[in-house]
Amino acid sequence: MDLNLTPDEQSFRDELRAWLKENVPEEYDGQRGGEDSDGYWQYLRDWQKKLFDGGWAGVSWPTEFGGRGATPIQQSIFLQETIAAGAPEHLGVIGEGLVGPTIIVAGTEEQKAKYLPRILSGEDVWCQGFSEPNAGSDVAALGTKAVLDGDEWVVNGQKIWTSFAQGSDLCFLLVRTDFDVPKHKGITALLVDMKSQGITRKPLRQMSGDSGFNELFFSDMRVPVANQLGPLNQGWKICITALMNERTNLGSSMFTFFDQAVDGLIEHARTRKRNGKLLSECPLKRQKIGQAVADLEVYRLNIARALSRMEKDSTPGPEGSMLKIYWSEMYQRLSQASMEILGDVSQLKDFDGGEWVYRYLRSKGSTIEGGTSEIQRCILAERVLGLPKSY
Amino acid sequence: MDYDLSKPQKMLQQSVREFCQRQCPLEKVREIMETDTAQDPELWQGIADQGWIGLHLSEDLGGLGLALVDLAVVAEELGRACLPGPFLSTTWAATLISKSGHEAAAKKYLADLCEGSKIATVACFEEESGWAAEEYSTIKANESGDGVLLSGSKQLVGDAAVADIMIVAARGDKGLTLALIETSADGVSIKATPGIDATRKLYEVKFENVPGTVLAIGDDAKRALTESQQVGNVAVCAELVGSMQWMLETTVEYARTRKQFDQIIGSFQAVQHKCADMLLATESSRSAALYAAWALSESTDDADRAVSIAKLFCADSAQKVGGNAVQVHGGIGFTWEHDLHMFYKRNKANEFLFGDSTFHREHVALIAIDAA
Repeated sequence: MDLNLTPDEQSFRDELRAWLKENVPEEYDGQRGGEDSDGYWQYLRDWQKKLFDGGWAGVSWPTEFGGRGATPIQQSIFLQETIAAGAPEHLGVIGEGLVGPTIIVAGTEEQKAKYLPRILSGEDVWCQGFSEPNAGSDVAALGTKAVLDGDEWVVNGQKIWTSFAQGSDLCFLLVRTDFDVPKHKGITALLVDMKSQGITRKPLRQMSGDSGFNELFFSDMRVPVANQLGPLNQGWKICITALMNERTNLGSSMFTFFDQAVDGLIEHARTRKRNGKLLSECPLKRQKIGQAVADLEVYRLNIARALSRMEKDSTPGPEGSMLKIYWSEMYQRLSQASMEILGDVSQLKDFDGGEWVYRYLRSKGSTIEGGTSEIQRCILAERVLGLPKSY
Repeated sequence: MDYDLSKPQKMLQQSVREFCQRQCPLEKVREIMETDTAQDPELWQGIADQGWIGLHLSEDLGGLGLALVDLAVVAEELGRACLPGPFLSTTWAATLISKSGHEAAAKKYLADLCEGSKIATVACFEEESGWAAEEYSTIKANESGDGVLLSGSKQLVGDAAVADIMIVAARGDKGLTLALIETSADGVSIKATPGIDATRKLYEVKFENVPGTVLAIGDDAKRALTESQQVGNVAVCAELVGSMQWMLETTVEYARTRKQFDQIIGSFQAVQHKCADMLLATESSRSAALYAAWALSESTDDADRAVSIAKLFCADSAQKVGGNAVQVHGGIGFTWEHDLHMFYKRNKANEFLFGDSTFHREHVALIAIDAA
């Protein structure tokens, strides 16, 4: 056991830090959502292009596909350092973390050549069309239907909770191509141009007020057969790999986000007063702060341990479910404790630009998205502990 | 970065596990815990012969010169077996003697402790103070010749009745004074104060003009005591992890075989989710406990914080894991006949040892808020 960074990991970090110091742009000063969102999307695309030109796009991808061949630990260093340096949010989360790796595994040579470079350069932004109104946790029950007509699939149906759909160019879409076989065996993956005829997008407003998600409606949308990813009816197998990746990625990138929140909280506790006393003088608030710091630190250690294991076993296992449960539930505890510590004024939208309110509300989605806490617990019970399947 | 145990550490883990299965299965734990002292000389000698007592001490002091991660590996397995007896007491005392820098005492006692021919403990806790070194006051150390005379009383002293020597945290003219006494000395009276955990006996010890050798005074004493408690906590956290691991495995096994409504209860999600929570708590605790051991071994800047975080996290997790274990077992889990209660009780005692979660949360807050 040796938790020091290896010389390779250290030089990776130092090189990245130096690059980030020169290249991270000023914070975006315009409106991020609503009618003016185009400017923000361009800002994010510009950042992705900068990463690409600097050789920092797709760090975990194999070098033959334009990546840097980074180890899981290096990838985690990348995610943490970019957030710590105040870099813009990562536009390529879905393209780079989910779609690209899946195309690398399952795509044709033409697909690889066509899509992979444009993911890294930020020219193509991807969204992911998995969930449907009646296929949430049971996503394999999806009913969006594709029927073959000549050399085109004709797609009808609806997707929901599609993140990034408002500004994306392409969609990694799962459709039902066979209704007469068990549900996992009749799904096919399609790579869909978002400018196709027959797609309607509608933003979904969340309780936090922003619209990170969308609904997509398909009415006789035509998709060339050449855009089918992997063999017919093998879409589920393909997307399981993708979902495993999603969980692991989410884990590391969230750490710095929480770390900054805890730092902000402690700064307030040191300086703000209540009933004539500093917040940090109240023993109960101190207990909550101590707990938040401990929770976060154990999260950091859990990530480090999972990454260390991945370096040896290469593929992410169901342990990813552990990280997902841990961070999403910690996010809720942390947001709740923050408002308790800060007190009444923390509910005001002008207090720190509403960030505490935002975290309090947004964290409610985290135990649902990417597999609910309940589903994750079932995965652990069955695949790690060997208990019988319950659904 | 490698979070995994090394090959030699995995071998050590395996040999401790096999030793415990062979020499101290749970039927034996029950026998030993029913005795007055919970000390089985043959078992103790067996542990000593393996070199596991004081294994983290340097070789010239009688140890194996291993790291604290190795101590954690051993302690986790001992916790998994709910091994009774004075391992923690002796480990703590030996660490304290070594940390106090008193060469004569180290020379005189440590080899005997490591070889198993002597047992040691530390008398620290007092009713009106906690675990913070500066708080001890009841015991007065009065200078006499080249030593001190101790008077007063201490509580929650582990394994005092079987200890040959005892290190007492006392208050002298120059502040905190660590004094080493022989328990056979005149003026020492030891009274059993049975606690929740019968596998490790606790005592009240009274001192009346007991002669002691001074190991360290003032800041040196405080540093040595604090550092020895940190090492103690590394062992306690590892024990808690081992105990949680046993509870997890035992509970999952039960959930896989027990039937109600003609179904394996492990197929019910209410049961599955409790088991998944046990897994998450156990593994997260293991991450924290291993890191604390490593950080303390390497003297990293955050070692002190890492130990406190590990302690509060492991202690709180052990409560959740233990609660779920009993609940999933149902009625049988509440009986004396089932082995669960031995672990459940040990965890509670370990929760208090070297500071409970409230104590360590405050310490973490102190570092985060005031020390930055």
